[in-house]
Amino acid sequence: MSETANKAESTRQAPVCSPSGTTVDAGEIDKFSAMAADWWDPTGKFKPLHKFNPIRLTHIRNEICAHFGRDPNAPRPLEGLRLLDIGCGGGLVSEPMARLGAEVTGIDAAEKNVKTALTHAAEQGVTVDYRATTAEDLLASDIEPFDVVLNLEVVEHVADVDLFLKTSANLVRPGGIMFVATINRTLKAFATAKFAAEYILRWLPIGTHDQNKFVKPEEARHALEGAGMVVEPPVGMTYQPLSDKWHVTGDASVNYMITATKPQLS
Amino acid sequence: MEKQADIIVAGGGLGGSLAALALSHQGFTVCMVDAAPPADKTLPDFDGRTTALAYASVRLFRRLGLWDDLAADAGAINDILVTDGRPADRFRKGHQATGFLHFDSSQLAEDTPLGWIVENRRLRQVMNAALEASEAIRVIAPATVGPVETGPASVSVPLSTGETLTASLLVAADGRRSPLRERAGIRTLNWSYPQTGIVCTVAHEKDHLGIAQEFFLPSGPFAILPLTNNRSSLVWTEKADRAGSFLALSDEDFVTEIEKRFGPYLGALSLDGPRWSYPLAFHLATKFHGDRMALVGDAAHGIHPIAGQGYNLGVKDIAALCDVLAEHRGAGLDIGHGTALAQYDRWRQFDSASLAFGTDVLNRLFSNDNPALRLVRSTGMGLVNRVDPLRNMFMKQAGADLGTLPSLMQP
Repeated sequence: MSETANKAESTRQAPVCSPSGTTVDAGEIDKFSAMAADWWDPTGKFKPLHKFNPIRLTHIRNEICAHFGRDPNAPRPLEGLRLLDIGCGGGLVSEPMARLGAEVTGIDAAEKNVKTALTHAAEQGVTVDYRATTAEDLLASDIEPFDVVLNLEVVEHVADVDLFLKTSANLVRPGGIMFVATINRTLKAFATAKFAAEYILRWLPIGTHDQNKFVKPEEARHALEGAGMVVEPPVGMTYQPLSDKWHVTGDASVNYMITATKPQLS
Repeated sequence: MEKQADIIVAGGGLGGSLAALALSHQGFTVCMVDAAPPADKTLPDFDGRTTALAYASVRLFRRLGLWDDLAADAGAINDILVTDGRPADRFRKGHQATGFLHFDSSQLAEDTPLGWIVENRRLRQVMNAALEASEAIRVIAPATVGPVETGPASVSVPLSTGETLTASLLVAADGRRSPLRERAGIRTLNWSYPQTGIVCTVAHEKDHLGIAQEFFLPSGPFAILPLTNNRSSLVWTEKADRAGSFLALSDEDFVTEIEKRFGPYLGALSLDGPRWSYPLAFHLATKFHGDRMALVGDAAHGIHPIAGQGYNLGVKDIAALCDVLAEHRGAGLDIGHGTALAQYDRWRQFDSASLAFGTDVLNRLFSNDNPALRLVRSTGMGLVNRVDPLRNMFMKQAGADLGTLPSLMQP
């Protein structure tokens, strides 16, 4: 059945909120905070996410290297790149990106996630600048824009997708790159990412996803283009139950990832 | 905690040494801990066995740069002849073997022998030299490992030398009785075969032409495997209660006994070196990993030598582990994390179990004189002999060239 990376994945992020509360969804923050302690248990709640991680991270590494003309097989291929991970959760993406050499800032609206991530990074001897904040607040703080912005399994949890993606895009420097991964709003996605993952496989607690918040690739594209990004066609990330492996495919009907770049200033 | 290396390999036998060399080839730093000093392992009386290296395993040896030094001392297997029948019958005038099979390497898509036979002593010499030459490998021997301690980011083992090693991952290559496996509480399925393996090297008058012969005798398979310089390695599986009396024979009488089984095709025979004997047993670990620990080779499985696949199964473990760890490191992930180890486990468990049980069934099917089973055997062998795809599959199996091949073993 399912291609549901997002299941656990979605726990990545508590919704991004502005001080005025425009995109915040308080119920969602509590939901993910409760799950934060188990982030790093390979056999625990986040097992599917851990299994999904190598293929997703490898894809992101390769895309970043292609964009910046780096050798993906170098020991630290992302050396010196400033990377922002929005909705960092327990640090499942921030930490590997730091190991690959990036200078990582990981933000999450849920304080408990940030504390979990910080504790784990210290144990692993990995340095990540974790902050309990939101994309809106970070942008408002006049932080220098990033070479790479990761926006993984977050948009399906926010109240205002357009506003959120525009904020994220504004955190990318001209010439930089951004990744958006989420779940498509299709019948198949509902059957697998929501129904199967939550109700049948019990990969995720029931109620993790609200299928009405799933985002179609063209909606994400529209929002990103509106923010001045150049958007690539989506790639699919598909779970193959027989081999029990995830693959990057052309099928974007459930889990998909979009790469968008910001043109250099002329 | 400060790490001395990426990976600790416990055990410096043929499995542990190859694991250390293959992992360092992937760019990992390795501490290899061995109970035996390197020089002891190449003494003439340390290990008299030979190892069958399947052609897919040799691809890995080539990639690690070990094959150039081994090739001259490796006996190529161009053909495998399998014959079912009682020894006395086989040489009776007008006798037709009840079953007969021929695997011819020239029918493989790739231009390669089916495998090679190498003396363990020579393998150890070549591996020792490569270990010594490697800057990424530190060999600590003689030393044994104490109780393992795992932390959130590392694994530590105290050594009998007083030193404590810390790394991201521990590879248990500590043999069939693997103390690390036992201490981790990983259980095994195991049983003994009522058979003993008698092993020796035989010099003969005529050229073996690169033909490996396997006679399925009622007491067990009797294999004559081609070595260099008109020599063959003999692997004689005998009923355990009868093996002792054969081993006690004088050299002359022993040669007479093997002549009865060999037949005349290699001319006059003589023993080259001592005779060895090993009890045969089956074991299969129920899990191939523990906390920050991967089991490889004999620590994970031990199978009947009937198909000459035991070591090749270990080579595949090592090559698969290399792929999994390289993928995780490349993605910036912790190589000792349970996700990487579970992936290795899934990859290797099924393949190992199918081969382990397959060889067990083969041995049970062939090591007897039951007329009904003889009929089954001759029908089966006739079928394999006549059906090309079936025969090809068996040849690929013999070449360890089936299943999902790790990159170090791919063509």
